[in-house]
Amino acid sequence: MGNTALNTEVAALRRSPAHHLWTDFTVGSVAGERGVTLREVPFQRMVGIRVDPASDTGARIGELTGGLPLNSGDVTTGESGAAVLWLAPDEFLLVAPDDGEPGSGALVASLVEALGDGAGQVIDLSSNRTTFELAGPSAQAVLEKSCAADLHPRTFAAGTAITTEISKIPTLLWKTSDSTFQLFPRASFADYLGRWLLDAMTEFAAEGTPWP
Amino acid sequence: MLLFTCPNCGPRNETEFHYGGQAHVAYPANPAELSDREWAEYLFYRENTRGLFAERWVHSAGCRKWFNMVRDTVSYDVKAVYRIGELRPETLERAAAATAPDQPQQLAPAQANPNNASEGV
Repeated sequence: MGNTALNTEVAALRRSPAHHLWTDFTVGSVAGERGVTLREVPFQRMVGIRVDPASDTGARIGELTGGLPLNSGDVTTGESGAAVLWLAPDEFLLVAPDDGEPGSGALVASLVEALGDGAGQVIDLSSNRTTFELAGPSAQAVLEKSCAADLHPRTFAAGTAITTEISKIPTLLWKTSDSTFQLFPRASFADYLGRWLLDAMTEFAAEGTPWP
Repeated sequence: MLLFTCPNCGPRNETEFHYGGQAHVAYPANPAELSDREWAEYLFYRENTRGLFAERWVHSAGCRKWFNMVRDTVSYDVKAVYRIGELRPETLERAAAATAPDQPQQLAPAQANPNNASEGV
């Protein structure tokens, strides 16, 4: 593998699951004090990690990822810029920006090496989910229409991530800042959820009494 | 909206969970020695408790882990949540024994008047 001419050509042919909605996302985004913007962050590197964080194997993997999160909502960030989201006591999702590498890339290889023959698994899941970024003063209001989890900053602070359902779609929800959310739906739900969010954003473009 | 408190994730909407039936049904010590009737009873026969009931739930839209819950089947009050492998809280056992309705007496009015069968059940 490597950055050969063929791989570069193949990389250029990639289409993200919500690519056909990008224009709609741009048109549907709302500026201003009630604003909310939606965009897809394509091809993020995602790695499913299953390991007991208290074991030696967990410690070896944690050295690469800046530790493993131990409680619901926790997110750890390593030196490489990759974040590890807590899914369950022994299950984590590593999220890193698109590295453009063919195949599963060097990051997965280093994690597999750290796993060694210990109990657990490290699997490249980059194609499993896509990433939506919902941002703006009204982003929380848009999500609250169809997410039953408590999104108030009192219980869902910036920098935490939960597994929940948005409009019945199982979604990882990561609050990256006070008004920015990253949503990770499975690729096959990207079209539905993208259109759903666009519909939920429509009211904030309308003139009238501000919400609430 | 009904909230269940997952031992791992905290309070979540009931729709994120799935039911797993009665908790603490022990696997037979010698399954090969069971008669067909005993085996069927192990597989299919469950309590139909009116009141506090220990049952299994799985947080299928979250951490995907199983846990136990003591729930009042009449009021739907969740009395306790505890992890798989832990014993049912003893204080609740006592509370259940003290408050468990005497079912034959509860059913007596319905038996006396079949047209009013929903009362007392």
